[in-house]
Amino acid sequence: MSCSRMENKILAYVDGRLKESERLQVEKHLAACGACQLRVNEFRAVTSLLDEVPQIAPSAAFDVRVRARVAAEPVQQGWWAWFTPSPRVAFAASLLLLATVWIGYEQPQLSFENSKEADAQMMQEMQVLDDQDVISNFDPLKDLPQPVQPEDQTNQTGQPNQTM
Amino acid sequence: MARSDVQLMLDVKAGDEQSFELLLQRYRTPLVNFLYRMVRAREEAEDLAQEVFLRVYRARKDYVPSAKFTTWLFRIATNLALNSVRDNRHQRMEVSLDAPVTMDAEDGDEKPLDIAEKHPNIEQYLVEEARKKMIRHAIDKLPEKQRAAVLLHKYQELDYGDIAKILECSESALKSLLFRAYETLRVELAPLVARQGK
Repeated sequence: MSCSRMENKILAYVDGRLKESERLQVEKHLAACGACQLRVNEFRAVTSLLDEVPQIAPSAAFDVRVRARVAAEPVQQGWWAWFTPSPRVAFAASLLLLATVWIGYEQPQLSFENSKEADAQMMQEMQVLDDQDVISNFDPLKDLPQPVQPEDQTNQTGQPNQTM
Repeated sequence: MARSDVQLMLDVKAGDEQSFELLLQRYRTPLVNFLYRMVRAREEAEDLAQEVFLRVYRARKDYVPSAKFTTWLFRIATNLALNSVRDNRHQRMEVSLDAPVTMDAEDGDEKPLDIAEKHPNIEQYLVEEARKKMIRHAIDKLPEKQRAAVLLHKYQELDYGDIAKILECSESALKSLLFRAYETLRVELAPLVARQGK
């Protein structure tokens, strides 16, 4: 194995992530190459130094903020949600149905009673209208102008007569 | 027996909010640390981590366990972090020119001045702090993608294949990326590496 081929394997070797056969190849090269052996040692030192970087803890408010943002998310619904009645909609629909049934049951009785009253009132008014003697001898009606003949409704220019 | 991440996510998909809470407890610390090391600002790291969890929650209905949960989770986190770093790069350069010189700070978290009281061996404490600062700065100086690769490799201990999926590159390209990153770190940390080797 050449030094250039070692480049892609050196880190995996340091990590211990090489297959057995690859590891043996690398170790064979390292036994004969001081430069690569030095690099392996220095890579090990670097990874060890990186362990010294301290971790930070998320602030106390972190979880609260995440929960608040998640709670503020709109509820996602699939297309099938259209077929799933919500309790409020079901309640409103039930009330509407009950109201419709009640009105349908009550309406014929109300209309029958109303029609009887209307008939009675009309009959009273009809008595006045049927009194032909009163109408024919009613003086104010005699002063009314004679009805206009149909052929006089238009003038010679074809414009309708206009009475002021 | 603890449920796997995939099982928890499938339970979240089925409407179990408690499973989402378990995922939150399981991954908040690694996620915040990963993002903190990427963007170098604690508050921004927490904001981004919240966004990651929110995106996971939003995507629950479409979740299909085709890959590891961690791969998916850190892919979201990495994309958000890389976008944030790129968006803020110009702003950070302006700030760094005008920023007042302060004591060593963990990206703005200033250390208390009574360190002598807390640390009887002040000299040793300062040496350790300088050492940590040097390591942190060496990581910070890496290009974003190399930095993400190192953080996922070193701190999340993900497989090469998973990191390659997260960074959307081939496994071979990832190995090359990691090699270059560790080479840079080896050079940057040469004084510490030499001491470590003794």
